[in-house]
Amino acid sequence: MLDRRRADEARGGTTYVEALHDALWEEMETDDRVFVLGEDVGVYGGAFKVTDGMIERFGPDRVIDTPISEDAIVGAAIGAAIAGLRPVAEMQFADFISCAFDQITNFAAKSRYRTGVGIPIVVRGPSGGGVHGGPFHSQNPEAYFAHTPGLKVVQPATAYDAKGLLKSAIRDEDPVIFFEHKFLYRRIREELPREEYTVPIGKARVARDGRDLSIVTYGAMVWEALDAAALLESEGIDCEVVDLRTLLPLDDETIFASVGRTGKALIVHEDTKTGGVGAEVSARITEHCFDSLDGPVLRVAAPDTPVPYAPPMEAFFLPNAEKIARAARALAGY
Amino acid sequence: MGRLSDAQRLELYRFMRLNRVVEERLVNLYRQGKIVGGLYRSLGQEATSVGTAFALSPGDFLSPLIRNLGSVLVRGYAPRELFAQYLARATSPSGGKDGNLHFASVERGVIGPISMLGELIPVMAGVALAAKLRRESFVCMTYIGDGATSTGPFHEGMNFAAVRKLPLVVVGENNHWAYSTPFSQQMACASLADRAKAYGMAAATVDGNDVETVWEAASEAVARARRGEGPFFLEAVTYRMKGHAEHDAQHYVDKAELAAWGDRDPLERWSRALAARGLASAGDLARLDGDIARLVDQELEIAERAPFPPPEAALEGVYGEAPGESEPFFLRYAEGKR
Ligand SMILES: Cc1ncc(C[n+]2csc(CCOP(=O)(O)OP(=O)(O)O)c2C)c(N)n1
Repeated sequence: MLDRRRADEARGGTTYVEALHDALWEEMETDDRVFVLGEDVGVYGGAFKVTDGMIERFGPDRVIDTPISEDAIVGAAIGAAIAGLRPVAEMQFADFISCAFDQITNFAAKSRYRTGVGIPIVVRGPSGGGVHGGPFHSQNPEAYFAHTPGLKVVQPATAYDAKGLLKSAIRDEDPVIFFEHKFLYRRIREELPREEYTVPIGKARVARDGRDLSIVTYGAMVWEALDAAALLESEGIDCEVVDLRTLLPLDDETIFASVGRTGKALIVHEDTKTGGVGAEVSARITEHCFDSLDGPVLRVAAPDTPVPYAPPMEAFFLPNAEKIARAARALAGY
Repeated sequence: MGRLSDAQRLELYRFMRLNRVVEERLVNLYRQGKIVGGLYRSLGQEATSVGTAFALSPGDFLSPLIRNLGSVLVRGYAPRELFAQYLARATSPSGGKDGNLHFASVERGVIGPISMLGELIPVMAGVALAAKLRRESFVCMTYIGDGATSTGPFHEGMNFAAVRKLPLVVVGENNHWAYSTPFSQQMACASLADRAKAYGMAAATVDGNDVETVWEAASEAVARARRGEGPFFLEAVTYRMKGHAEHDAQHYVDKAELAAWGDRDPLERWSRALAARGLASAGDLARLDGDIARLVDQELEIAERAPFPPPEAALEGVYGEAPGESEPFFLRYAEGKR
């Protein structure tokens, strides 16, 4: 992590995890249909403290400590949503979302299409590596869900977006899968507006303007891409960084506009390469921006292995600023 | 059913002490920031892991959970291997690819768990199914926490094992807590054993802090399974004396309850029992403890000297090298031991 972020920390502000907490809290204050359920979210306040203090404020009927039953957590959220509530289901680690795969991809995702009944739930939880969690506590499961029509898939990179996107997700009429990068929870912070705001689902953001090439990314990799861009600036390579924020639906307009300006695209994600979200973004760019491309669409992603546990192997596995810069240099020189 | 010999009674003590001392060293390592990831202790639950695994014979299969360090010691893992595993060294059973007790060696009859709780029950039912299909006499044993019995796979695996009368012993460790969630919020049943009975599976509840009782019940369950009488669910009632992991200060636990369970410490109970039966004096046990502590220190030193795996090792082992290479492993293990 670069010094810039440490400096942010010294200045104070709201952390990513606090931003999530605040979003949930505010939505529960303003809409009594909203409730949270998950393992250890009540008395313990959540494994990562996203729901800290909520059981005291909202009581055990709106902050529900569940058995270890992901299928029941998501299934019950679906049922309660059908009956008019706005459930937010926590997966203790995003990895365990696989245990609720059927409810999410078959029940929630297909409900509106086949019965006209929308399922306004949020399933949220910590994803991502960099904390030596090993193969079952570090995964980036977004591609499974980004492949599923009927779902929306969100992954914020900043505290501002964490808050604004979670609020939008709770208000959304459809099931939203909300991945929070656990590496960012306490490592980034920023001053957030005092007044109420939301961030729309489905809109990417240009995190940094640049002329020479577009780095399209999301989640924790936004920070690595920004670090790479800072590194490359001194070498005379001017990178634009696009933070997707929402992976389903993709914001084609912002992606295509950026690639149209720069003529070059490098896609970066922490998830493994084959069949990742980057493959979809890459295909769209070649389909729609072929005329403006001045080089191949490149990807930097994790290799196709489970997430390894030992620090040297995990560091080798994870994309970082240096690997991004290397690919960007090659692309810039193309 | 057979009875324990005096030598075996001392063995039980040795394994429980080894379990505890290895974990105490792991706590030191954790505090020094050397453990990669989290550390989940089994303090106060050693009798359950050791007593159950001790009931297995060579050729049987076992799959531990994170709090069953004692069981893999009984299965013959050296402390150095376990230290290397938590330190993520190249010499660890998983080669640094995974943490805590997440490792396998089919050659040693150990099946590696995954973190997704409950998924092991159907898998171990499958290993037990293979025993039937291959007309082998091995038995499978695995563990489940009270919390994890709330998962779907637990119920699907239990039902499957019961319907097919598979040689599977499931040890339900009722340690009262699942992270911060008490038993009463996990299920409306009075006991874990009730869940097994719903599937028509034989079940019993024992004091999980009394190693001889645990061993007797587990031996009986294993013998039944080996005779082809079907699966068994053994509920061991015990207590999680520490937080979910070392980072958890367990503020949600009643301190008086914790202290009361501390008085039922399985290791102290067993040393008193050994003394009362004239099997080992306090002095004998102190000497044995000293030997174990020295052994563990040496083992730790060996593990700490081992290197981390090279970064590129991350790419290895995603797929098998040669088709069918796992088959001889299994056969060698299952057949060669008898
Ligand atoms: C399917 C699944 N959901 C959540 C978790 C996170 N988790 C790991 S251990 C644990 C508590 C387990 O409690 P219990 O089964 O009673 O075993 P104990 O820790 O008490 O030994 C939880 C919730 C997990 N590993 N798997």
